[in-house]
Amino acid sequence: MTADADVNTSPALAPDGLVMGKDGLAALVDVLIRHGFTVVGPTVRDGVIVLAELRSADELPYGWGVELEAGRYRLRERTDGAAFAHAAGPQSWKPFLHPPRVRQWSADRTEDGLVLTADQPAPPRCAFLGVRPCDLRAIAVQDRVLTGGAYRDPGYEGRRSGALLIVVECTEPGATCFCVSMDTGPAAGPGYDLVMTEVVDEYGHRFWIRSGSPEGSAILAELPTRPADPETREAARAGVADAADRMGRTMPEADLRELMAGTLDAPRWDDVAGRCLTCGNCTMVCPTCFCTTTEDVTDLTGDHAERWQLWDSCFDLDFSQLHGGPVRASSRGRYRQWMTHKLGTWYDQFGSSGCVGCGRCIVWCPVGIDITEEAAALHDWTHSRAPDEGSGPP
Amino acid sequence: MATEPAPPSPDLRPTLAVWKFASCDGCQLTLLDCEDELLGLADRVRIDHFLEMTSAEGGADGQRGRLEGRGPYDLSLVEGSITTTDDAERIRHVRRVSRYVVTIGACATAGGIQALCDFADIEEFLAAVYARPEYISTLETSTPISAHVPVDFELRGCPIDRRQLLEVITAYLAGRKPRIPSHSVCFECKRRGTTCITVAHGTPCLGPVTHAGCGAICPAYGRGCYGCFGPSNQPNLRSMVAQLHHDGMSERDIQRVFRTFNATSPEHAPVPELAAEECHSSRTGTEIRPERPA
Amino acid sequence: MTTVAPPLPYRVAGTWAETADTRSVELVPTGHGLPPFAPGQFAMIYAFGVGEVPVSVSALRGPHGGLVHTVRAVGAVSAALYRLRPGDTVGLSGPYGTGWDLAEAAGQDLLVIAGGIGLAPLRPVVHAVLERRHGYGRLAVLVGARTPADLIYREEIDSWCGPAHVAVTVDRPGPGWRGAVGVVTTLLDRLDLRPERTRALVCGPEVMMRHTARGLVTRRLAPDRVQVSLERNMRCATGHCGHCQLGPLLLCRDGPVVGYDRVAHLLLVREL
Repeated sequence: MTADADVNTSPALAPDGLVMGKDGLAALVDVLIRHGFTVVGPTVRDGVIVLAELRSADELPYGWGVELEAGRYRLRERTDGAAFAHAAGPQSWKPFLHPPRVRQWSADRTEDGLVLTADQPAPPRCAFLGVRPCDLRAIAVQDRVLTGGAYRDPGYEGRRSGALLIVVECTEPGATCFCVSMDTGPAAGPGYDLVMTEVVDEYGHRFWIRSGSPEGSAILAELPTRPADPETREAARAGVADAADRMGRTMPEADLRELMAGTLDAPRWDDVAGRCLTCGNCTMVCPTCFCTTTEDVTDLTGDHAERWQLWDSCFDLDFSQLHGGPVRASSRGRYRQWMTHKLGTWYDQFGSSGCVGCGRCIVWCPVGIDITEEAAALHDWTHSRAPDEGSGPP
Repeated sequence: MATEPAPPSPDLRPTLAVWKFASCDGCQLTLLDCEDELLGLADRVRIDHFLEMTSAEGGADGQRGRLEGRGPYDLSLVEGSITTTDDAERIRHVRRVSRYVVTIGACATAGGIQALCDFADIEEFLAAVYARPEYISTLETSTPISAHVPVDFELRGCPIDRRQLLEVITAYLAGRKPRIPSHSVCFECKRRGTTCITVAHGTPCLGPVTHAGCGAICPAYGRGCYGCFGPSNQPNLRSMVAQLHHDGMSERDIQRVFRTFNATSPEHAPVPELAAEECHSSRTGTEIRPERPA
Repeated sequence: MTTVAPPLPYRVAGTWAETADTRSVELVPTGHGLPPFAPGQFAMIYAFGVGEVPVSVSALRGPHGGLVHTVRAVGAVSAALYRLRPGDTVGLSGPYGTGWDLAEAAGQDLLVIAGGIGLAPLRPVVHAVLERRHGYGRLAVLVGARTPADLIYREEIDSWCGPAHVAVTVDRPGPGWRGAVGVVTTLLDRLDLRPERTRALVCGPEVMMRHTARGLVTRRLAPDRVQVSLERNMRCATGHCGHCQLGPLLLCRDGPVVGYDRVAHLLLVREL
């Protein structure tokens, strides 16, 4: 599999990108593995499309789509054999960049006193194949939280700096998707190494592929590609534009940050608290939720201790525990914290929304609580209230 | 807390006692299952009373009393629930001779599966099970240890989790609070990367209202959680019951799934009423959330 | 930008009792130390194998030249810190968070109001002002405690009388108590306040700070002239764990010391 000199074109020389067939996808996985990457991408497992290590492109979910609803996920067979015609699955890339359990450092009681040693693992270099535009934005959001402030998380930084991001633009949004409302998709924003758009039509199964970084270009140069023809480009663009018109959900037309700040006393929070199980699933599947707790463990000798970081959730009662008890004792307070943080105070803390519109929190809530529906209800409440202000009896 | 201070042990290792009440011995076996850690544990604590493991034989003066259960002990692990008047007396002795009491497992912490007798007529049970019920002396209820004496820490599960048991013991030795979170099993499912079986397959699962600790074993094998660790903190049972009904469970199924190892947990008390309400109201179309497309 | 690193080992140079459940611990680095702390900033102190808690620095230089922290035994970690003895080693990281704004307070009257152990993060302020007494206007220190026995730094407080106006009140007086009784806000009534040239620094239980700050605003102190030091659960102190949120604020980063003008509305929302 050698790249033809004629099509071995650098992105600068191919501003319109390149096109490759299904064989190009197989070549891509092989090239990435040859470059030393651990390739992670979508594959069917346990009746869902998970993200897992891929040994070859044969493991991609060709011909599988998904049917999504609040609290419901089902695989659906497709007739077109597309590899990426599925919306967000149960995981995001978070488990690979910000894993559920990380040892941060160890402490040993020695004759020389207390010795504290940072964990310095050499994480494998991962190539993420099939990053959706919403998830690309989510990675950027976590970058800002974990490496963009006064302190950098060294573990995250190590995993992130080694990661190659291969985005596949979205042409098949799910019924729970609302990336258009959050301005994160279905077209890819900046930050990728390679971006592809999958096209399956009467002219065949192919990918329009562009590079976004020197490393992406280097990989691209080794793939069997040809210059992009206008028809493929047009079909790809149309597929993405069409996806934008088929969002299953929308956020209310409002400044969500203001909406959150202005509805802290809305009765709707009691309503959603009646349904919320405070199980924490929404936070765990959310690609931007970053909260962690720490565990200090000791071994039986008592001379060796370790500091572990674990995914935590604002839905746990202990999350806000102080000496006098938890600050957010009610499920109302905890759901409100999650949603107002995600859509509102995230701007104050990290300069953007914390929501990318992937819809995972809607799908993976066991009781189907829908953040867009809750936002709409809060929006309705502010509108129903506004005309009454000052007009009625106290 | 401690009722009387224990004198310092001669070899400075804290002393450990393991006690059994009405139970199946499974939680004590969990301690014996700590094969890799057992020797390390024996270096740090002196296991003085553990009938499942030893026969109380001889020993030096002063040690003999501890072997036979007279105490005193620094740490007592208590398995089983209280079902007889003798046991109700014996647990008070355990408390008196123990500095720190940890209940291990659903029986000791919540009354266990045998607490199902609380919902029925004990005389009928005796007559049905035993040929000569007059030989049986039992209380009418099966109650957790905490109903009889103050307990310093309660470990959940049927049986308990090996790692959690070691955590409680090492935390005790290190003088810190055991890291035993009371959140839902869902946290553990997500941390281990298990896909939610309720959402992906419509499998009824008690994970969202069940206390973590098992490591989310059942869902990892495609089976719904059946709540053997008892209720998580502040479980929203009304919403959970509605969801179980939505996932195909009948009123009777719902009642039964909560009536297992932690049947008499106070948090579970409203379940029958909620199940009746939910299963009747949805027939008349007043669910708390709209039906999803099939 | 700093990369998050394990704490540095610090040796306990001395410890002493403040009240029945509160002790001060002086820490000196065993190797190289942390950057200097400012009054109001905090450290994460790691007790071996037990855990880590945020503790404000209560004196920048102790008798041995080390950092002093005052700890009340309320949880497993603070109890372990309470039990520290000279020669023990802990892990220390920091300095974290915002400090009291002493630069803005230069030349101004300073009103220091503390409730209970809230005096600990404020004590370095009093030290700083007393060291450069001419650099500030009037200094008033108002201290409230539950009972006389819960009063920390009692002798030291007495030594502040003279260069500072000092007033102490307790909720429940014991035998022999001849001082004021009542919540700390009652001390405000007896104060000759010059609102236009006063800066107030308040630390104590949240409900006390809310009432005190409101009381100051009623006495015409502009909200941006009042600073409070807030507390939330905190796991990392580096802005990554998400626990210390108070609405738009991450208290490890934007706090613990915050202008009352920024938080007055937040403190009114239950369970925020």
